[in-house]
Amino acid sequence: MSSPDLTLTPQSYLHGLSRWQPVEIVFWLATLLPFFLFPNYLALASQIAITALFALSLDIILGYAGIVSLGHAAFFGIGAYTAGIFSKFVWGAPLPGLLVAAAAAGLVGYAASFIISRFRHFTLIMITLGLGLLAYEAANRAHWLTGGSDGLQGISISRLLGVFNFDLYGYTAYGYSLAVLFVLFLAARRLINSPFGLALRGIRENWVRMPAIGADSRAHIRNAYTIAAAIAGLAGALLAQTTQTVSLESISFQRSADILVMLVLGGAGRLYGGLVGAAIFMIARDQFSGIQPQFWYFWIGILLIVVVMFLPNGILGGLSHFLARWKRR
Amino acid sequence: MSEIALSTRNLNKRFGSLVVANDIGITLPRGARYALIGPNGAGKTTLINLITGMLTPDAGQILLGEEDITQRQPQERVHRGLTRTFQINSLFPHLSALEAVTLVVEERRGLAGRFWQNLATHKESIEEAYAILKKLHLGDDCYQPTRELPYGRQRLLEIALALATQPKVLLLDEPAAGVPQEESGEVFEAVAGLSDDLTLLFIEHDMHVVFRFASHIIVLVGGAIFAQGSPAEISAHPGVREVYLGTRKHG
Amino acid sequence: MLPPVFGVLFDGIAYGMLLFVLSVGLSVTLGLMNFVNLAHCAFAMLGGYVTVTLMNKFGWPFLATLPMAFIVSAAVSVAFERVLYRRLYRASDLDQVLLTIGIAFASVAVAAYFFGTLQQPIQTPSFLQGSMNFFGISLGRYRLFLIVVAVAVTILLVAGLEYTRFGAQVRASVDNQRMARGLGIDVDRTFAMTFALGSGLAGLGGALAIEIVGLDPNFAFVYLVYVLIVVSVGGLGSIAGSFAAACLIGVSDIAGKYYAPELGAFLIYLVMVAVLMWRPAGLFGKR
Repeated sequence: MSSPDLTLTPQSYLHGLSRWQPVEIVFWLATLLPFFLFPNYLALASQIAITALFALSLDIILGYAGIVSLGHAAFFGIGAYTAGIFSKFVWGAPLPGLLVAAAAAGLVGYAASFIISRFRHFTLIMITLGLGLLAYEAANRAHWLTGGSDGLQGISISRLLGVFNFDLYGYTAYGYSLAVLFVLFLAARRLINSPFGLALRGIRENWVRMPAIGADSRAHIRNAYTIAAAIAGLAGALLAQTTQTVSLESISFQRSADILVMLVLGGAGRLYGGLVGAAIFMIARDQFSGIQPQFWYFWIGILLIVVVMFLPNGILGGLSHFLARWKRR
Repeated sequence: MSEIALSTRNLNKRFGSLVVANDIGITLPRGARYALIGPNGAGKTTLINLITGMLTPDAGQILLGEEDITQRQPQERVHRGLTRTFQINSLFPHLSALEAVTLVVEERRGLAGRFWQNLATHKESIEEAYAILKKLHLGDDCYQPTRELPYGRQRLLEIALALATQPKVLLLDEPAAGVPQEESGEVFEAVAGLSDDLTLLFIEHDMHVVFRFASHIIVLVGGAIFAQGSPAEISAHPGVREVYLGTRKHG
Repeated sequence: MLPPVFGVLFDGIAYGMLLFVLSVGLSVTLGLMNFVNLAHCAFAMLGGYVTVTLMNKFGWPFLATLPMAFIVSAAVSVAFERVLYRRLYRASDLDQVLLTIGIAFASVAVAAYFFGTLQQPIQTPSFLQGSMNFFGISLGRYRLFLIVVAVAVTILLVAGLEYTRFGAQVRASVDNQRMARGLGIDVDRTFAMTFALGSGLAGLGGALAIEIVGLDPNFAFVYLVYVLIVVSVGGLGSIAGSFAAACLIGVSDIAGKYYAPELGAFLIYLVMVAVLMWRPAGLFGKR
């Protein structure tokens, strides 16, 4: 128990919670390094940025509102397919494609949120799983639209802002993905530090108490879920536009499970957890890409067991715990 | 302006063959200080759950003033001025006291949905929350996470959360329950300091507290109202003694 | 002569019986402690590999391997319960999901390492092969055997639940955990034993499944989805619910594949989501 800081006022305390920490500035500057230090890895870097954005969207509902979703890839896939189909039949410009994809994913998320917000615990997990599997089946069956198991063919993305071409060097892809990630990150950061973010944390901390303080938890969850769906859709659209392919993998349970692992690895409810987890996971997967897939999943399995038993708040949680104990020495 | 702040009519609830609320009708005038007592399992907390909407009655009505709120969602009842506290602290462990009370104020003012605004800019809500905390002597501790507060202070926070909803009717479920002797004074001070306009119904086991604060006592036994009246009437009531002594015999 | 729909019905019910044996353990443990065990089908897979090993490596007869599949799965589950699961009884849903998915991932890899990724063939005894003719419908003998085994398991479970002391403890704990503890029932221990029993049954189901759906390392996840659907539709903590839901899902799946193959798995996912929206605790679950 520390003695009260006499210079602290209620408002300054709350301002302090939302202030930018130096380590955050370092983090974002570091994201520019691949341009200079790892130009051969820009394709991987843009994949990481896209996955990080996807993880961020899951963090909003899982880390902050406490909703365990095993089907979040449904929105990622909807975004990817929408962006791909939009470029194929309507307009190849990337930015409008992003907006349309986010709108489509957000719309489906909004509809689903009415179901999601009514359930808890096991039933909720099963419904998210079921809705995710339904989305996969829908994409699989509608191969006149999606290409089914062959994937979506014929995507062509024109120049970004009329200037930047998406080429094999990957500069445009990474710059684009990183920029979108950063902008959405700023938005998510504002959301977390808003009264709405506080309400979401209240829901996560004590579901029962919320109606007793006058909160409409279901409405909050619907809004959070819709926003998270739209952001996931954006990430999916980025994937479609930067790789110019979309496959069923983008809407599969595999992707839902992977993103959950990444977020938990990094630490849910810490805003940067998904970004850190995505980076570590994908770099590791790239380094170990030679080995058999089942052995990769063996180590992921062990990692999950270790994280749950010993590092329940992920890497970032472990770091902040360690730092707190260091400070108290 | 109605003189009756809260009333129930023919409130009934059963779980299978277990009757937890049997034709309960109570009437709370504005500014009342009513105590709800009874042996364990009599249905006191159940009654509060029914009134606040956490439990749906099988039959009966609940009226807040003139308005029938029986069909209303729990959070709607809070917005209309009906608030309760919990017997066992039901708080937000990782939120600081200031964050928790600010959340309640924001919800009350309808600002909790604003995901595009930084919470720190909501000066009025923050200051109102801080004022409530200071009044309950929690001002110095309000920046710590709730779970680091001692139980007595947490109990005060439980009351602070309720006060932040600006209730007209407040239902307190054993406000000093579990609080160590040396800290319970603060809790009672807080209860005593509540405005005279506020209508209060509190569940309590400690008869000293009941006689100190209550102007009227309702005795609940087996889900039904056994007796009610002034403290003098109730303490002289032979049946009430029997119920308290008798239940020990029956276990 | 009976129309072919009866053949479809028979196959569907037989498949449902298999799903029941696989699912009933998970339903009861979920209803008891709300512990989300996504490694349940990994234990089933273990039972399958026990049978394969005993038969192909040690020449055991098929029927003799079935009790062993049960026992080994139950025993291994006890080990996991003691070391890992026990610490997470009061943990969040997420932690339980992650731990058990982790165990499932690791088990798939271990299976692939020792047995390879191809399906394991076994030779069932001759009296279980082939089929019998029943009014023009061909009733596979193995499927008949499945139905008999499942019904026997059901009778044993229901009798055990009704007439044994342990069964009474399970029923009390499922009904109201806090009250059961208050009555002096050691709910944690009851759960551990129920968990062993349920995992053993899963192992038995895994062994029985080889002949019908084949066994490869993916079994742990592919059939997890079916089991989860049966459990959520049937209701947590209900044997009757699991039985009814397993029949429903089994028949829907087989009938779907037969009459509307373009729908694929759409139908059963839709059934699950629809049932859960109507009855969140499942058809027979406690409210």
